[in-house]
Amino acid sequence: MILNDALIYLAAAVICVPIAWRFKLGAVLGYLVAGILIGPWGFNLVSDVDSIVHFSEFGVVLMLFVIGLELEPGRLVEMRKSVFGGGALQLALSGTAIALGAASFGLGWKAALVVGAALALSSTAIAIATMTERNFLPTPTGQSSFAVLLFQDIAAIPLLAIIPLLGVAALSGVGDEPSAPGWLAFGKAFGAIAMVIVIGIYFTRPLLRLAAKTRLREVFTALALLLVIGIAQIMSLVGLSMGLGAFLAGVLLASSEYRHALESDIEPFKGLLLGLFFISVGMTIDFGLLVSQPGKVAILVTGFLTLKLVTLWLTARIIGVTSRQRWLFAILLSQGGEFGFVVFGVARTVGVLSREWADLLNMTVALSMTTTPLLLLLHDWWNARIECAGGGKRDADEINEKDTRVIIAGFGRFGQIVGRLLFANGIDAVVLDHDPDQIELLRKFGYKVFYGDASRLDLLNAAGAAQATLIINAIDDVDDSLLLSDVVRENFPNLKMIARARNVMHYVGLRSRGVEVIERESFEAALKAGRHSLEALGIDRFRARDMANIFRRHNIRDLEARVSDFSDEASRVSAAKAGRDELSALFARDREQFESDQSSDGWH
Amino acid sequence: MILIIYAHPYPQRSRAGRVLLGAVRDLPDIEVHSLYELYPDFDIDVDAEQAALKRADLVVWMHPIYWYSVPAMLKHWFDVVLLRGWAYGEGGDALQGKHCLWVTTTGGRTSSFAESGVHELPFEDFVAPIRQTARFCGMAWESPMTLHGAHLISDDEIASAALALRDRLSKWLPDPRAIKEIRRPNDFE
Repeated sequence: MILNDALIYLAAAVICVPIAWRFKLGAVLGYLVAGILIGPWGFNLVSDVDSIVHFSEFGVVLMLFVIGLELEPGRLVEMRKSVFGGGALQLALSGTAIALGAASFGLGWKAALVVGAALALSSTAIAIATMTERNFLPTPTGQSSFAVLLFQDIAAIPLLAIIPLLGVAALSGVGDEPSAPGWLAFGKAFGAIAMVIVIGIYFTRPLLRLAAKTRLREVFTALALLLVIGIAQIMSLVGLSMGLGAFLAGVLLASSEYRHALESDIEPFKGLLLGLFFISVGMTIDFGLLVSQPGKVAILVTGFLTLKLVTLWLTARIIGVTSRQRWLFAILLSQGGEFGFVVFGVARTVGVLSREWADLLNMTVALSMTTTPLLLLLHDWWNARIECAGGGKRDADEINEKDTRVIIAGFGRFGQIVGRLLFANGIDAVVLDHDPDQIELLRKFGYKVFYGDASRLDLLNAAGAAQATLIINAIDDVDDSLLLSDVVRENFPNLKMIARARNVMHYVGLRSRGVEVIERESFEAALKAGRHSLEALGIDRFRARDMANIFRRHNIRDLEARVSDFSDEASRVSAAKAGRDELSALFARDREQFESDQSSDGWH
Repeated sequence: MILIIYAHPYPQRSRAGRVLLGAVRDLPDIEVHSLYELYPDFDIDVDAEQAALKRADLVVWMHPIYWYSVPAMLKHWFDVVLLRGWAYGEGGDALQGKHCLWVTTTGGRTSSFAESGVHELPFEDFVAPIRQTARFCGMAWESPMTLHGAHLISDDEIASAALALRDRLSKWLPDPRAIKEIRRPNDFE
């Protein structure tokens, strides 16, 4: 049964998302359409829609955890102004406008207020997924959008708590939480948050370290999931937003060495569950209502979108979003959020909203979610037209993406010296290593070292490989090092690699993968020892240096020749022998020249 | 203290320089920095060089002339040791009043440094940049010592030049005429 459902969901996603992607409609719309197709109003292939909706909400929780991971506490403090300023402003503007609109449809003031506040909230899932798809999140406008979404998530909690107080019906149907005295609920909430903070700060890192030491990736993944689910459960036990708890846990782990590893382990689950969430939104769209009251639905959706877009545009203007991106900001946040479904559900149970209105509003939210990708397409098309007319002049977005310029893969004996030279000169690098003990030690010395296998694409992405200038491949293991160079060449063709080779075969392997700057780990040191030997035998130091220089040049030329015909074993051996003979001849010639220079007109 | 800054890329291969340096090496109160032996990778220890200069009363720049100039290492030494704010410019008075002696060997005969010779210019013309380097740092320029035709002259001639150098350094007293010509920091500002 489960497998059968999974088959349907996965097949629908695999078919619809690439098609949507191909036509540049975005993955979110692809999932929504997939949901509509397999849902009760499409081919009716799935049975238990409600439990899927409930389950897939966990995708939103994981998403907020990952967002938290990317946000260090320091940056959160920096953002507080835009969160509480911009966020509150948006909620007030959109909420008031929509409430007035709702009142004009004949809703009572209480109902209008609930509708206004609920519809002012946007869908974190859709907005963030869309921004990530367009790599828009790190831009200033993306950050402003994120701040507003964060405030909405916080505001949703008191909102849900207030609705029952507005209720006219008996509270019996709502469950226990609202009937508990206010101070008790507050105490519980406070306790839960404190618990999450304590767990996040004191227990997770040692646990993650233990899991990392097993070197079994699935154990680490399992622990990561356990962590998020556990925290989500603690929060939901006291009636707080699971997403908010996960976000908090993410922020607490943002400065830990496991940040990138956690991010890349959670990422696939997050992606799939979020996809499932969008599918379930598509499934819950009640097309019956659309058939029976098409006019009313159309008016509600367009009216809602117009009010929200205009108020968002105003918010953008006031909080200083550049004029070019105000509409983008508005469209990204224009849809109704998943919290809307919950709010309308509660409002109906306590009698604030009639069943008909609740259904209509749910429909409005669901439809508004599908309009976001479409509005974005319209926005792109309009912008392209304006740009064509205006000669294509456009300022580059100011991207404050963690500013990764250098990634050091492997921080053992070799990587450390490279890293220390860079750090000493004020160049920050993201360091990736897979030895938990080593990391623990280095972090004590204040290095920014992250745990993980650097040849994994997801980890590289998380470390900022897409915008970095340089990667230093200092991985001990030859196979992993070659794998990393493959991964980098395939996925980040502009990322310059400086590699460490353990031996000649490794050098040849790296070279044949197109790596241009390679240092053999022992070559320079051995050459230096050779120089010291020549000096000890009475040769002038500078002359010994000359000899080493000649040797180096010849050796590298010889090696390069081997790279070009390294597939042929026989020619490799003969090339090596020819190289040796050639080198002797070279030194003989040099010696002769050196002697004769002295006897004629050289240094006296 | 007398500081000898010696710049020969291959000291053992040298014919004249080796004898000249050998004749003064054991004098009391003398320090020899053979740059190519100390810093074969041009990685000059600036702090150590400046500290030695500070201690010195007489700085001797000693080297063969090749291509009418100082060896690359000595030029690099000028560049990284004689810094603005230390050797010249504002606050750059570390060498003020010290004496400088230039000791060189050349490959050409004395007669080749003339309008009619292969080098077409008097040797004095090639002295100018070095002298000015010392003067710019406020040092007193002692009358330089040059041994021409270093691989043409006989061993005896080299030996007597070496003795003359030894004699000069062992009896060295600041030349009052050189002191008179010292450039003061505010002379040209």
